[in-house]
Amino acid sequence: MEIGQLVGFGVMATVFILFIRQQRPEIGQLLSIAVGIIFILYLLDYLRLIVEIISELALKAEVNAVFLRTLLRVIGIAYLAEFGAQICRDAGEGNVALKIEFAGKLMILVMTIPILIMVLESIVNIIP
Amino acid sequence: MLFQIAGIGIFISVLNIVLKQAGKEEQAQMLTLVGVVIVLLLVLQLLADLFANIRVIFNLY
Repeated sequence: MEIGQLVGFGVMATVFILFIRQQRPEIGQLLSIAVGIIFILYLLDYLRLIVEIISELALKAEVNAVFLRTLLRVIGIAYLAEFGAQICRDAGEGNVALKIEFAGKLMILVMTIPILIMVLESIVNIIP
Repeated sequence: MLFQIAGIGIFISVLNIVLKQAGKEEQAQMLTLVGVVIVLLLVLQLLADLFANIRVIFNLY
């Protein structure tokens, strides 16, 4: 029962954070960041599984490898940006969180521009 | 890892109270700083681990 482990871990971490935040707010903040990271590290195995399955399916469907790689990269960037922004928002820095999200969006846009250009080219080819 | 960080936090808050009772405000301040730095190092290790893993899975870069 993995979910029992995870929920227990989360509740325990919450108790610790509540306890420590009264005495030392800064260490409580760092502890909550660490809890988030440990959670994602736990879940990374499942994430890897999902990515492998998606890759296999794409291989069977003979999707262009460039598309798949770009898709995975976009998902990775989105996860990372969301995680960082969440940490900043937890610490009460909504401004920095917004900047991180903006940076993530920009990076995704930059990464997907080649595909956009390919789409435009094929449209131009179709229209005589 | 979680227990490590929580333990450091509790340990430092207790030591801080003791030092304050003994009238050593300066050292209490320094102790707090050292504690924060140690915990920050631990968190940084975790963060580096996470980034490396995500980089491998989604083959970024």
